[in-house]
Amino acid sequence: MLFYPIDWLEERSGLVGGIRYFLFRKVPADTNWMQTLGSATLTAFIVQAVTGVILAMFYKPDPRTAYQSIQHITNDVTLGWLVRGMHRWGASVFIILMFLHMGRVFLFGAYKYPRELNWIVGVLLLAMGLGEGFTGYLLPWDQTAYWATVVGININGTAPFLGPFLAQFLRGGAEIGPDTIARFYSIHMLLLPGAIAGLIGLHLYLVVRLGVTSPPWSKEAAGAERAEPEPPSDARRGLLQPGARGGIPR
Amino acid sequence: MEPLHGDDKPHLPPPSLWPVGFAIGVACVLVGLIVRPLLIVPIGVAIIIVFGFLWARDATRGFRGAVSEVEPERRPSRRRRRAAAPPAHWGEAGMPEPEPGELERFPRSRFLEGATLGLGGVIGGLVTVPVLGPAIAEAFLHQHRGDLDLGPIANFPLGKFVITTFFTDPAEGAVSRRTAYIRNNGDSTGGPSFTIISNRCAHLGCPVQPNGPVFDSQKKSTTTKSAGEVTLTPTLPAGFGCPCHGGQYDKEGNRTAGPPVRGLDRYDYLIRDGHLVLLKAYSVGHVDGTGANAKIQRYPLTNPGDHVHGIESWLYPLQPPH
Repeated sequence: MLFYPIDWLEERSGLVGGIRYFLFRKVPADTNWMQTLGSATLTAFIVQAVTGVILAMFYKPDPRTAYQSIQHITNDVTLGWLVRGMHRWGASVFIILMFLHMGRVFLFGAYKYPRELNWIVGVLLLAMGLGEGFTGYLLPWDQTAYWATVVGININGTAPFLGPFLAQFLRGGAEIGPDTIARFYSIHMLLLPGAIAGLIGLHLYLVVRLGVTSPPWSKEAAGAERAEPEPPSDARRGLLQPGARGGIPR
Repeated sequence: MEPLHGDDKPHLPPPSLWPVGFAIGVACVLVGLIVRPLLIVPIGVAIIIVFGFLWARDATRGFRGAVSEVEPERRPSRRRRRAAAPPAHWGEAGMPEPEPGELERFPRSRFLEGATLGLGGVIGGLVTVPVLGPAIAEAFLHQHRGDLDLGPIANFPLGKFVITTFFTDPAEGAVSRRTAYIRNNGDSTGGPSFTIISNRCAHLGCPVQPNGPVFDSQKKSTTTKSAGEVTLTPTLPAGFGCPCHGGQYDKEGNRTAGPPVRGLDRYDYLIRDGHLVLLKAYSVGHVDGTGANAKIQRYPLTNPGDHVHGIESWLYPLQPPH
């Protein structure tokens, strides 16, 4: 009787089975604690998303009102100081965890075949995470935010050939103005979180599909053997190879 | 798990679209009451009547008598007078056989495939291309700003630098406030001469400060229509320095030390009715000489950090419209 709602949901969607498959899938016996950094990064992102949603209910993205709305959040709104602090420090936590996770994947060789695509997706996620930090930094609209963004955009402008155009595109004009803060807000709140969420979905799908690797000191080798040399053109490779574990390589 | 209520099947009519139309009619009436009653409410009522009738007819189908079978009317066919069509297996194939390696598809389905993809592409374009206007084009168009009237020339003391703040767009407020270092060089051939140096560092855009005392107590302020509140604060700089990364400039804006790649930008100006009017800014490679006799290597306004002269300037052939 206790599980009736879960069974109701499972009969009508199959989702419960999917979640069980994700939570109870097989991983190597010698999986290391360092391999939790990816989940930690995801948690940091979720914290950012949730606190960001709350902040967006009070923040006013206009040059005339942005700073006051932040003051309002910090001083007046119930536990506003806490939500703002979580978001601000959570941003640094997110970036640091991403780098640690990337370093762990690299040092474990977990980017090798067949996980190259997952590594590429991870690099895109890193770039977008840094973009979130860059666009979010301007939003408090104080002196630090303003001048750091001026300098950051102008650094972009020093790239050869297209640099000045990229800088003008970011600024929304020849100089930082009211368009800039709205543009950064839209990128920070809508464009990048959507893209990051989508790519995280792909990243997790690939992790589940490809499996978790053992640490480098493990007796079992990580990655998979490549297909036989010189396969015929219609041989099925990589994930397409039927294997003992239903096509999922170790 | 066993179903809770046994295996009884509900007595529901098969799905149909009439309720949807009915709901649309109701929504139409409600919206019409707010927007334009005399026009839209009758339309909504008509939709309600039509779809309501169709829905009711469907829902009551089980309760009305069965429709009697009527033989369809047939007109005597004229085709019987002509020869009957040959059976399908006689003669050549109506359609060519696919080449070896070609997909075995009927051309019609291929056409539909292409048409669907093409139409999808058109719709995608219709959604995406207008978005590019505000996202990308807007940053590069309408960048010109009008002239800025900074007040009477008499406000600018002879031979001394004045920290001048003004608004490039007074309606936007403080976000459009800019600063320039202005020195009245006196009269020369061609009228009054001013040295107007932008405070935007040529390294990465930080605000350059005067290296010398600033006399805040002697600050003057005027208001003009095009530039909003203009404040003038005398200063006695030995040069200019940037607090961010330590770039140093001399009193003509030439770079003397630090990471900047060129001198400070300047503003074009003219004198109109005894007022100093600021025109567009431009970038400077080097300034030889001082004051009214300065020879300025002009370049179009360039992003901070981009070289304007020397071999590195080949990396920055184009600047976006300012």
